[in-house]
Amino acid sequence: MTQFDLATMTVRELNEYLHQALPEQPVEQLEIVNPDGLHSIAAGMDHAVVIEIQGHTGYFTAGMNKLAQVTIHGNAGWSVAENMMSGLVRVKGHASECAGASGHGGLLVIEGDASSRCGISLKGSDIVVGGSVGHFSAFMAQAGRLVVCGDAGPHLGDSLYEATIYVRGAIASLGADACEQPMQPEDEEQLASLLEQAGMDHDPAGFKRIASARQLYHWNADAGQEY
Amino acid sequence: MCGIIGLLARTDEVRARLGELVTPMVTCMGTRGPDSAGLAIFHTPLDNGDRRYGLFHADHDFDWPSFHDDFRSQVTSPSECHSLENHAAIVSSASPGDVKDWLKRFHPAVHLLSVGRSIEVYKDEGHPQQIADRYNFTSLTGSHVVGHTRMATESSVSPAHAHPFTAGEDFCLVHNGSLSNPNSIRRKLQRKGIHFETDNDTEAGCRFLEWRMSEGDTLEEAIEASFEVLDGFYTFLMATADRLVLVRDAFACKPAVVAQTDDYVAVASEFRSLAHLPGIESADVFEPIPEQIYSWQQ
Repeated sequence: MTQFDLATMTVRELNEYLHQALPEQPVEQLEIVNPDGLHSIAAGMDHAVVIEIQGHTGYFTAGMNKLAQVTIHGNAGWSVAENMMSGLVRVKGHASECAGASGHGGLLVIEGDASSRCGISLKGSDIVVGGSVGHFSAFMAQAGRLVVCGDAGPHLGDSLYEATIYVRGAIASLGADACEQPMQPEDEEQLASLLEQAGMDHDPAGFKRIASARQLYHWNADAGQEY
Repeated sequence: MCGIIGLLARTDEVRARLGELVTPMVTCMGTRGPDSAGLAIFHTPLDNGDRRYGLFHADHDFDWPSFHDDFRSQVTSPSECHSLENHAAIVSSASPGDVKDWLKRFHPAVHLLSVGRSIEVYKDEGHPQQIADRYNFTSLTGSHVVGHTRMATESSVSPAHAHPFTAGEDFCLVHNGSLSNPNSIRRKLQRKGIHFETDNDTEAGCRFLEWRMSEGDTLEEAIEASFEVLDGFYTFLMATADRLVLVRDAFACKPAVVAQTDDYVAVASEFRSLAHLPGIESADVFEPIPEQIYSWQQ
Protein backbone atom coordinates (compact mmCIF):
# COMPACT_ATOMS: atom_id res chain seq x y z
CA MET A 1 0.00 0.00 0.00
CA THR A 2 1.23 3.53 -0.79
CA GLN A 3 2.40 5.10 2.45
CA PHE A 4 2.92 8.74 3.42
CA ASP A 5 4.88 9.67 6.53
CA LEU A 6 3.99 13.01 8.10
CA ALA A 7 7.23 12.86 10.09
CA THR A 8 9.08 13.46 6.82
CA MET A 9 6.60 15.50 4.75
CA THR A 10 4.25 18.40 5.48
CA VAL A 11 0.45 18.22 5.52
CA ARG A 12 0.49 20.74 2.68
CA GLU A 13 2.64 18.42 0.54
CA LEU A 14 0.38 15.46 1.39
CA ASN A 15 -2.81 17.37 0.58
CA GLU A 16 -1.34 18.70 -2.68
CA TYR A 17 -0.72 15.08 -3.69
CA LEU A 18 -4.23 14.02 -2.63
CA HIS A 19 -5.85 16.90 -4.55
CA GLN A 20 -3.72 17.00 -7.69
CA ALA A 21 -1.51 13.96 -8.42
CA LEU A 22 -3.80 11.27 -6.98
CA PRO A 23 -6.75 11.82 -9.38
CA GLU A 24 -4.30 11.73 -12.33
CA GLN A 25 -2.65 8.47 -11.23
CA PRO A 26 -5.24 6.85 -9.00
CA VAL A 27 -4.53 4.24 -6.33
CA GLU A 28 -7.26 2.36 -4.51
CA GLN A 29 -5.85 2.68 -1.02
CA LEU A 30 -3.19 4.65 0.84
CA GLU A 31 -1.88 4.93 4.36
CA ILE A 32 -0.79 7.98 6.35
CA VAL A 33 1.51 7.43 9.34
CA ASN A 34 2.74 9.73 12.13
CA PRO A 35 -0.24 12.13 12.01
CA ASP A 36 0.79 13.27 15.54
CA GLY A 37 -2.18 15.60 16.00
CA LEU A 38 -1.51 17.65 12.86
CA HIS A 39 -4.38 19.68 11.43
CA SER A 40 -6.26 19.39 8.11
CA ILE A 41 -4.98 15.94 7.15
CA ALA A 42 -6.84 14.75 4.02
CA ALA A 43 -9.09 17.80 4.03
CA GLY A 44 -10.80 18.71 0.77
CA MET A 45 -10.79 15.21 -0.76
CA ASP A 46 -12.61 14.97 -4.10
CA HIS A 47 -11.67 11.45 -5.17
CA ALA A 48 -12.84 7.91 -4.35
CA VAL A 49 -9.93 6.40 -2.44
CA VAL A 50 -9.52 4.49 0.82
CA ILE A 51 -7.31 6.40 3.29
CA GLU A 52 -6.06 4.80 6.52
CA ILE A 53 -4.61 7.25 9.04
CA GLN A 54 -2.56 5.48 11.72
CA GLY A 55 -2.65 7.53 14.93
CA HIS A 56 -4.29 10.59 16.50
CA THR A 57 -5.13 13.56 14.28
CA GLY A 58 -5.66 17.29 14.89
CA TYR A 59 -8.36 19.66 13.68
CA PHE A 60 -10.42 19.42 10.45
CA THR A 61 -9.35 15.88 9.50
CA ALA A 62 -11.18 14.87 6.30
CA GLY A 63 -12.99 18.20 6.32
CA MET A 64 -15.14 18.86 3.23
CA ASN A 65 -14.72 15.20 2.29
CA LYS A 66 -16.20 14.09 -1.03
CA LEU A 67 -16.18 10.42 -2.16
CA ALA A 68 -13.17 9.28 -0.07
CA GLN A 69 -13.38 6.65 2.68
CA VAL A 70 -11.15 7.85 5.49
CA THR A 71 -10.44 5.86 8.66
CA ILE A 72 -8.63 7.40 11.62
CA HIS A 73 -7.06 4.66 13.75
CA GLY A 74 -6.94 6.89 16.81
CA ASN A 75 -8.66 9.99 18.20
CA ALA A 76 -9.64 12.98 16.07
CA GLY A 77 -9.35 16.65 17.07
CA TRP A 78 -11.94 19.40 16.59
CA SER A 79 -14.25 19.40 13.57
CA VAL A 80 -13.46 16.02 12.04
CA ALA A 81 -15.37 15.62 8.74
CA GLU A 82 -16.79 19.14 9.00
CA ASN A 83 -18.74 20.15 5.90
CA MET A 84 -18.56 16.62 4.51
CA MET A 85 -20.36 16.25 1.17
CA SER A 86 -20.21 12.48 0.63
CA GLY A 87 -18.12 9.39 1.39
CA LEU A 88 -17.35 7.80 4.74
CA VAL A 89 -15.22 9.00 7.63
CA ARG A 90 -14.65 6.58 10.50
CA VAL A 91 -12.95 7.46 13.79
CA LYS A 92 -11.84 4.33 15.65
CA GLY A 93 -11.22 6.28 18.86
CA HIS A 94 -12.91 9.40 20.27
CA ALA A 95 -13.70 12.66 18.48
CA SER A 96 -13.31 16.14 19.91
CA GLU A 97 -15.74 19.03 19.54
CA CYS A 98 -17.90 19.89 16.53
CA ALA A 99 -17.53 16.47 14.87
CA GLY A 100 -19.33 16.45 11.53
CA ALA A 101 -20.27 20.13 11.79
CA SER A 102 -22.40 21.45 8.90
CA GLY A 103 -22.06 18.21 6.92
CA HIS A 104 -24.20 18.02 3.78
CA GLY A 105 -23.90 14.31 3.01
CA GLY A 106 -21.98 11.09 3.60
CA LEU A 107 -21.59 9.14 6.82
CA LEU A 108 -19.40 9.91 9.84
CA VAL A 109 -18.89 7.02 12.27
CA ILE A 110 -17.28 7.64 15.64
CA GLU A 111 -16.69 4.36 17.44
CA GLY A 112 -15.83 6.03 20.77
CA ASP A 113 -17.34 9.16 22.31
CA ALA A 114 -17.86 12.50 20.60
CA SER A 115 -17.39 15.71 22.56
CA SER A 116 -19.67 18.75 22.65
CA ARG A 117 -21.49 20.24 19.65
CA CYS A 118 -21.37 16.99 17.66
CA GLY A 119 -23.31 17.52 14.44
CA ILE A 120 -23.79 21.26 15.02
CA SER A 121 -25.67 22.83 12.09
CA LEU A 122 -25.94 19.45 10.37
CA LYS A 123 -27.26 19.90 6.82
CA GLY A 124 -27.79 16.33 5.59
CA SER A 125 -24.93 14.06 6.73
CA ASP A 126 -25.54 11.04 8.91
CA ILE A 127 -23.49 10.63 12.08
CA VAL A 128 -23.35 7.45 14.15
CA VAL A 129 -21.60 7.67 17.52
CA GLY A 130 -20.84 4.37 19.27
CA GLY A 131 -20.39 6.07 22.65
CA SER A 132 -21.80 9.28 24.10
CA VAL A 133 -22.00 12.87 22.88
CA GLY A 134 -21.32 16.10 24.81
CA HIS A 135 -23.43 19.19 25.36
CA PHE A 136 -25.26 21.09 22.60
CA SER A 137 -24.99 18.23 20.11
CA ALA A 138 -27.06 18.71 16.93
CA PHE A 139 -27.46 22.40 17.80
CA MET A 140 -29.48 24.03 14.98
CA ALA A 141 -29.22 20.85 12.90
CA GLN A 142 -31.21 21.31 9.71
CA ALA A 143 -31.20 17.93 7.96
CA GLY A 144 -29.61 14.52 8.39
CA ARG A 145 -29.52 12.10 11.30
CA LEU A 146 -27.46 11.85 14.47
CA VAL A 147 -27.44 8.41 16.11
CA VAL A 148 -26.07 8.18 19.65
CA CYS A 149 -25.61 4.65 20.99
CA GLY A 150 -24.57 5.92 24.43
CA ASP A 151 -25.77 8.95 26.39
CA ALA A 152 -26.35 12.54 25.29
CA GLY A 153 -25.10 15.58 27.25
CA PRO A 154 -27.13 18.69 28.16
CA HIS A 155 -29.16 20.74 25.64
CA LEU A 156 -29.42 18.03 23.00
CA GLY A 157 -30.88 19.32 19.74
CA ASP A 158 -31.24 22.94 20.84
CA SER A 159 -33.03 25.01 18.17
CA LEU A 160 -33.36 21.94 15.99
CA TYR A 161 -34.75 22.24 12.46
CA GLU A 162 -35.51 19.08 10.45
CA ALA A 163 -32.65 16.78 11.47
CA THR A 164 -33.57 13.69 13.50
CA ILE A 165 -31.70 12.41 16.54
CA TYR A 166 -31.83 8.85 17.86
CA VAL A 167 -30.48 8.18 21.34
CA ARG A 168 -30.13 4.77 22.98
CA GLY A 169 -28.96 5.89 26.43
CA ALA A 170 -29.85 8.69 28.85
CA ILE A 171 -30.37 12.28 27.76
CA ALA A 172 -29.07 14.85 30.28
CA SER A 173 -31.48 17.47 28.92
CA LEU A 174 -33.17 18.53 25.70
CA GLY A 175 -32.43 21.95 24.21
CA ALA A 176 -35.04 24.56 23.31
CA ASP A 177 -37.70 23.22 20.92
CA ALA A 178 -36.32 19.65 20.87
CA CYS A 179 -38.82 16.99 21.95
CA GLU A 180 -39.13 13.23 22.15
CA GLN A 181 -41.51 11.78 19.59
CA PRO A 182 -42.76 8.23 19.02
CA MET A 183 -40.59 6.03 16.82
CA GLN A 184 -42.30 5.25 13.50
CA PRO A 185 -41.67 2.11 11.42
CA GLU A 186 -39.64 4.17 8.92
CA ASP A 187 -37.46 5.43 11.79
CA GLU A 188 -36.60 1.88 12.78
CA GLU A 189 -35.89 0.98 9.16
CA GLN A 190 -33.52 3.93 8.62
CA LEU A 191 -31.89 3.46 12.00
CA ALA A 192 -31.29 -0.23 11.34
CA SER A 193 -29.62 0.66 8.06
CA LEU A 194 -27.38 3.29 9.67
CA LEU A 195 -26.40 0.96 12.51
CA GLU A 196 -25.54 -1.75 10.03
CA GLN A 197 -23.40 0.62 7.93
CA ALA A 198 -21.64 1.77 11.08
CA GLY A 199 -21.10 -1.78 12.31
CA MET A 200 -22.97 -1.17 15.59
CA ASP A 201 -24.96 -4.11 16.90
CA HIS A 202 -27.99 -2.53 18.61
CA ASP A 203 -31.73 -3.08 18.39
CA PRO A 204 -33.36 0.03 16.79
CA ALA A 205 -36.34 -0.47 19.10
CA GLY A 206 -34.14 0.56 22.03
CA PHE A 207 -33.66 4.12 20.73
CA LYS A 208 -35.61 7.31 21.44
CA ARG A 209 -36.48 9.68 18.60
CA ILE A 210 -35.78 13.38 19.15
CA ALA A 211 -36.98 15.97 16.64
CA SER A 212 -38.12 19.57 16.46
CA ALA A 213 -41.39 20.68 18.08
CA ARG A 214 -41.34 23.46 15.43
CA GLN A 215 -42.32 26.09 17.97
CA LEU A 216 -39.31 28.27 17.09
CA TYR A 217 -40.13 28.39 13.38
CA HIS A 218 -42.18 31.53 13.71
CA TRP A 219 -41.53 34.44 16.00
CA ASN A 220 -43.97 34.54 18.86
CA ALA A 221 -43.91 37.90 20.61
CA ASP A 222 -46.15 36.56 23.39
CA ALA A 223 -43.55 33.95 24.37
CA GLY A 224 -41.39 36.64 25.98
CA GLN A 225 -38.19 34.79 25.13
CA GLU A 226 -39.41 31.78 27.14
CA TYR A 227 -39.19 28.60 25.11
CA MET B 1 -6.32 32.18 20.88
CA CYS B 2 -3.58 31.03 23.25
CA GLY B 3 -1.85 27.76 24.01
CA ILE B 4 -1.51 26.16 27.40
CA ILE B 5 0.60 23.21 28.46
CA GLY B 6 1.40 21.38 31.69
CA LEU B 7 3.48 18.40 32.71
CA LEU B 8 3.63 16.66 36.07
CA ALA B 9 6.36 14.07 36.61
CA ARG B 10 5.59 10.81 38.34
CA THR B 11 9.14 9.40 38.16
CA ASP B 12 12.64 10.73 38.93
CA GLU B 13 13.59 10.17 35.30
CA VAL B 14 10.85 12.52 34.08
CA ARG B 15 11.75 15.05 36.82
CA ALA B 16 15.32 15.09 35.50
CA ARG B 17 14.09 15.49 31.90
CA LEU B 18 11.25 17.91 32.63
CA GLY B 19 12.72 20.83 30.65
CA GLU B 20 13.68 18.63 27.70
CA LEU B 21 10.15 17.18 27.51
CA VAL B 22 8.27 20.41 28.09
CA THR B 23 10.16 22.68 25.69
CA PRO B 24 8.70 21.13 22.49
CA MET B 25 5.26 21.33 24.15
CA VAL B 26 5.69 25.10 24.53
CA THR B 27 7.26 25.82 21.16
CA CYS B 28 4.66 23.68 19.33
CA MET B 29 1.96 25.93 20.78
CA GLY B 30 3.69 28.96 19.19
CA THR B 31 1.10 28.72 16.40
CA ARG B 32 -1.66 29.41 18.94
CA GLY B 33 0.26 32.17 20.73
CA PRO B 34 3.17 33.85 18.96
CA ASP B 35 3.49 37.12 20.90
CA SER B 36 4.63 36.06 24.39
CA ALA B 37 5.37 32.93 26.36
CA GLY B 38 6.23 31.78 29.82
CA LEU B 39 6.33 28.92 32.22
CA ALA B 40 6.30 28.24 35.93
CA ILE B 41 8.39 25.34 37.16
CA PHE B 42 8.10 23.82 40.61
CA HIS B 43 11.11 22.48 42.51
CA THR B 44 11.59 20.53 45.72
CA PRO B 45 10.49 23.05 48.40
CA LEU B 46 13.20 25.07 50.16
CA ASP B 47 13.32 23.50 53.61
CA ASN B 48 14.77 26.06 56.00
CA GLY B 49 12.08 28.71 55.91
CA ASP B 50 13.61 30.47 52.89
CA ARG B 51 11.58 31.69 49.96
CA ARG B 52 12.52 32.13 46.32
CA TYR B 53 11.66 35.57 44.93
CA GLY B 54 11.40 35.56 41.13
CA LEU B 55 12.28 38.98 39.69
CA PHE B 56 12.09 40.68 36.30
CA HIS B 57 13.54 43.89 34.88
CA ALA B 58 12.78 45.23 31.40
CA ASP B 59 16.49 45.89 30.76
CA HIS B 60 18.32 42.77 29.59
CA ASP B 61 21.60 44.35 30.86
CA PHE B 62 20.26 45.18 34.31
CA ASP B 63 22.99 45.00 36.96
CA TRP B 64 21.70 42.15 39.13
CA PRO B 65 24.95 41.78 41.20
CA SER B 66 24.67 45.37 42.40
CA PHE B 67 20.92 44.88 42.99
CA HIS B 68 21.82 41.85 45.13
CA ASP B 69 24.38 43.96 47.06
CA ASP B 70 21.58 46.44 47.85
CA PHE B 71 19.31 43.56 48.92
CA ARG B 72 21.97 42.15 51.24
CA SER B 73 22.70 45.47 52.86
CA GLN B 74 19.10 46.68 53.12
CA VAL B 75 16.92 43.54 53.51
CA THR B 76 18.73 40.36 54.60
CA SER B 77 22.38 39.59 54.32
CA PRO B 78 22.35 35.80 53.89
CA SER B 79 20.79 35.31 50.48
CA GLU B 80 21.58 33.84 47.10
CA CYS B 81 20.97 35.46 43.73
CA HIS B 82 20.89 33.66 40.40
CA SER B 83 20.33 35.84 37.35
CA LEU B 84 19.68 35.06 33.70
CA GLU B 85 19.28 38.03 31.34
CA ASN B 86 16.36 40.10 32.64
CA HIS B 87 15.26 37.49 35.22
CA ALA B 88 16.73 36.80 38.65
CA ALA B 89 15.84 34.65 41.64
CA ILE B 90 16.79 35.62 45.16
CA VAL B 91 16.58 32.99 47.89
CA SER B 92 16.19 34.62 51.26
CA SER B 93 14.54 34.31 54.66
CA ALA B 94 13.03 37.82 54.30
CA SER B 95 9.23 38.05 54.47
CA PRO B 96 7.21 38.76 51.29
CA GLY B 97 5.89 41.98 52.85
CA ASP B 98 9.41 43.28 53.57
CA VAL B 99 10.64 42.39 50.07
CA LYS B 100 7.63 44.02 48.37
CA ASP B 101 8.01 47.19 50.44
CA TRP B 102 11.73 47.36 49.72
CA LEU B 103 11.24 46.85 45.96
CA LYS B 104 8.57 49.52 45.83
CA ARG B 105 10.79 52.00 47.63
CA PHE B 106 14.23 51.33 46.15
CA HIS B 107 13.75 49.36 42.93
CA PRO B 108 10.30 50.15 41.55
CA ALA B 109 11.34 48.98 38.06
CA VAL B 110 11.99 45.45 39.33
CA HIS B 111 8.85 43.37 38.93
CA LEU B 112 8.13 40.55 41.41
CA LEU B 113 7.17 37.54 39.26
CA SER B 114 6.72 34.89 41.94
CA VAL B 115 7.08 34.14 45.63
CA GLY B 116 7.25 30.73 47.23
CA ARG B 117 9.28 27.78 48.40
CA SER B 118 8.88 25.84 45.13
CA ILE B 119 7.90 28.12 42.25
CA GLU B 120 10.14 29.72 39.64
CA VAL B 121 8.70 31.75 36.73
CA TYR B 122 10.10 32.80 33.34
CA LYS B 123 7.97 34.90 31.04
CA ASP B 124 8.60 37.49 28.39
CA GLU B 125 7.45 39.07 25.17
CA GLY B 126 8.51 37.35 21.94
CA HIS B 127 7.99 34.13 20.02
CA PRO B 128 7.87 31.05 22.28
CA GLN B 129 10.91 29.56 20.50
CA GLN B 130 12.99 32.68 21.25
CA ILE B 131 11.87 32.64 24.87
CA ALA B 132 12.58 28.93 25.29
CA ASP B 133 16.09 29.53 23.88
CA ARG B 134 16.69 32.69 25.92
CA TYR B 135 15.92 31.03 29.25
CA ASN B 136 17.30 27.55 28.45
CA PHE B 137 13.97 25.85 29.02
CA THR B 138 15.47 22.50 27.96
CA SER B 139 17.83 22.48 30.95
CA LEU B 140 15.10 22.96 33.58
CA THR B 141 14.39 20.22 36.08
CA GLY B 142 11.57 19.98 38.60
CA SER B 143 8.45 18.14 39.67
CA HIS B 144 5.86 19.90 37.50
CA VAL B 145 5.46 22.80 35.14
CA VAL B 146 2.77 24.91 33.49
CA GLY B 147 3.39 26.97 30.37
CA HIS B 148 1.61 29.37 28.07
CA THR B 149 1.89 30.91 24.62
CA ARG B 150 -0.10 34.10 24.18
CA MET B 151 -2.03 35.70 21.36
CA ALA B 152 -3.25 38.87 23.05
CA THR B 153 -6.89 39.79 22.49
CA GLU B 154 -7.97 41.98 25.41
CA SER B 155 -4.94 43.79 26.82
CA SER B 156 -1.55 44.86 25.57
CA VAL B 157 1.47 42.73 24.75
CA SER B 158 4.13 43.16 27.41
CA PRO B 159 6.25 40.91 29.63
CA ALA B 160 3.94 41.66 32.56
CA HIS B 161 0.87 40.65 30.52
CA ALA B 162 2.45 37.30 29.60
CA HIS B 163 1.34 34.22 31.51
CA PRO B 164 1.73 32.51 33.97
CA PHE B 165 0.18 34.89 36.46
CA THR B 166 0.93 34.35 40.11
CA ALA B 167 -0.77 35.45 43.33
CA GLY B 168 0.13 34.67 46.92
CA GLU B 169 2.77 31.99 47.30
CA ASP B 170 3.43 28.91 45.15
CA PHE B 171 0.31 29.44 43.06
CA CYS B 172 0.08 30.23 39.37
CA LEU B 173 -2.45 30.11 36.58
CA VAL B 174 -2.38 30.05 32.78
CA HIS B 175 -5.48 30.77 30.72
CA ASN B 176 -6.80 30.17 27.24
CA GLY B 177 -9.92 32.24 26.66
CA SER B 178 -11.21 35.62 27.72
CA LEU B 179 -13.16 36.88 30.71
CA SER B 180 -15.85 39.46 30.12
CA ASN B 181 -16.05 40.87 33.66
CA PRO B 182 -12.41 41.31 34.79
CA ASN B 183 -12.92 45.02 35.54
CA SER B 184 -15.67 44.46 38.10
CA ILE B 185 -13.68 41.62 39.71
CA ARG B 186 -10.58 43.82 39.84
CA ARG B 187 -12.49 46.73 41.41
CA LYS B 188 -14.03 44.41 44.00
CA LEU B 189 -10.65 42.96 44.96
CA GLN B 190 -8.88 46.33 44.93
CA ARG B 191 -11.41 47.58 47.50
CA LYS B 192 -10.15 44.76 49.72
CA GLY B 193 -6.59 46.09 49.38
CA ILE B 194 -5.42 43.55 46.77
CA HIS B 195 -2.78 44.99 44.44
CA PHE B 196 -2.89 44.40 40.67
CA GLU B 197 0.10 44.57 38.33
CA THR B 198 -1.80 44.80 35.02
CA ASP B 199 -5.22 45.32 33.42
CA ASN B 200 -5.18 41.72 32.15
CA ASP B 201 -8.30 39.56 32.52
CA THR B 202 -6.34 36.47 33.59
CA GLU B 203 -4.73 38.37 36.45
CA ALA B 204 -8.24 39.14 37.75
CA GLY B 205 -9.13 35.42 37.66
CA CYS B 206 -5.85 34.42 39.30
CA ARG B 207 -6.17 37.00 42.10
CA PHE B 208 -9.84 36.07 42.65
CA LEU B 209 -8.93 32.42 43.24
CA GLU B 210 -6.00 33.35 45.51
CA TRP B 211 -8.23 35.75 47.46
CA ARG B 212 -10.75 32.96 48.06
CA MET B 213 -7.95 30.67 49.26
CA SER B 214 -6.61 33.40 51.58
CA GLU B 215 -10.13 33.52 53.05
CA GLY B 216 -9.93 29.81 53.86
CA ASP B 217 -11.22 28.05 50.72
CA THR B 218 -9.41 25.08 49.28
CA LEU B 219 -8.47 25.56 45.61
CA GLU B 220 -11.43 23.35 44.65
CA GLU B 221 -13.81 25.51 46.72
CA ALA B 222 -12.32 28.66 45.19
CA ILE B 223 -12.89 27.25 41.68
CA GLU B 224 -16.49 26.28 42.58
CA ALA B 225 -17.02 29.87 43.76
CA SER B 226 -15.50 31.18 40.51
CA PHE B 227 -18.19 29.39 38.45
CA GLU B 228 -20.68 31.93 39.82
CA VAL B 229 -18.37 34.96 39.53
CA LEU B 230 -16.16 34.64 36.45
CA ASP B 231 -18.03 35.39 33.24
CA GLY B 232 -16.42 34.33 29.99
CA PHE B 233 -14.51 31.54 28.33
CA TYR B 234 -11.65 29.73 29.92
CA THR B 235 -9.54 26.70 30.14
CA PHE B 236 -7.54 27.34 33.32
CA LEU B 237 -4.48 25.31 34.21
CA MET B 238 -3.19 26.01 37.71
CA ALA B 239 -0.29 24.76 39.76
CA THR B 240 0.49 24.75 43.46
CA ALA B 241 3.59 23.40 45.21
CA ASP B 242 2.44 19.81 44.74
CA ARG B 243 -0.45 19.79 42.24
CA LEU B 244 -1.65 20.52 38.72
CA VAL B 245 -5.32 21.55 38.52
CA LEU B 246 -7.36 21.94 35.33
CA VAL B 247 -10.86 23.30 34.71
CA ARG B 248 -12.87 24.39 31.65
CA ASP B 249 -15.86 26.74 31.57
CA ALA B 250 -19.44 25.51 31.28
CA PHE B 251 -19.44 25.73 27.47
CA ALA B 252 -15.93 24.30 27.03
CA CYS B 253 -15.25 26.65 24.15
CA LYS B 254 -11.50 26.49 24.61
CA PRO B 255 -9.71 23.22 23.98
CA ALA B 256 -7.78 20.93 26.29
CA VAL B 257 -6.49 17.39 26.06
CA VAL B 258 -4.94 15.27 28.81
CA ALA B 259 -2.55 12.32 28.51
CA GLN B 260 -1.71 10.12 31.48
CA THR B 261 0.86 7.36 31.84
CA ASP B 262 2.58 5.80 34.85
CA ASP B 263 5.40 8.31 34.26
CA TYR B 264 3.58 11.63 33.86
CA VAL B 265 0.38 13.63 33.44
CA ALA B 266 0.49 16.00 30.48
CA VAL B 267 -2.02 18.69 29.50
CA ALA B 268 -2.11 20.79 26.33
CA SER B 269 -4.46 22.81 24.19
CA GLU B 270 -3.86 20.42 21.31
CA PHE B 271 -2.70 16.83 21.03
CA ARG B 272 0.19 17.73 18.72
CA SER B 273 1.96 19.33 21.71
CA LEU B 274 1.94 15.90 23.36
CA ALA B 275 2.82 13.75 20.35
CA HIS B 276 6.58 13.63 21.14
CA LEU B 277 6.17 12.44 24.75
CA PRO B 278 7.55 8.98 25.56
CA GLY B 279 4.85 6.31 25.74
CA ILE B 280 2.19 8.63 24.28
CA GLU B 281 0.95 5.91 21.93
CA SER B 282 -0.27 3.86 24.89
CA ALA B 283 -1.23 6.81 27.16
CA ASP B 284 -4.76 7.34 28.46
CA VAL B 285 -5.74 10.35 26.31
CA PHE B 286 -8.98 12.20 27.06
CA GLU B 287 -10.73 15.53 26.78
CA PRO B 288 -11.74 17.14 30.11
CA ILE B 289 -15.46 17.83 30.43
CA PRO B 290 -16.94 21.26 31.32
CA GLU B 291 -16.87 22.55 34.91
CA GLN B 292 -15.21 19.41 36.24
CA ILE B 293 -12.15 20.06 38.39
CA TYR B 294 -9.24 17.76 37.52
CA SER B 295 -6.43 17.64 40.08
CA TRP B 296 -3.20 15.64 39.93
CA GLN B 297 -0.89 15.31 42.92
CA GLN B 298 2.83 14.78 42.33
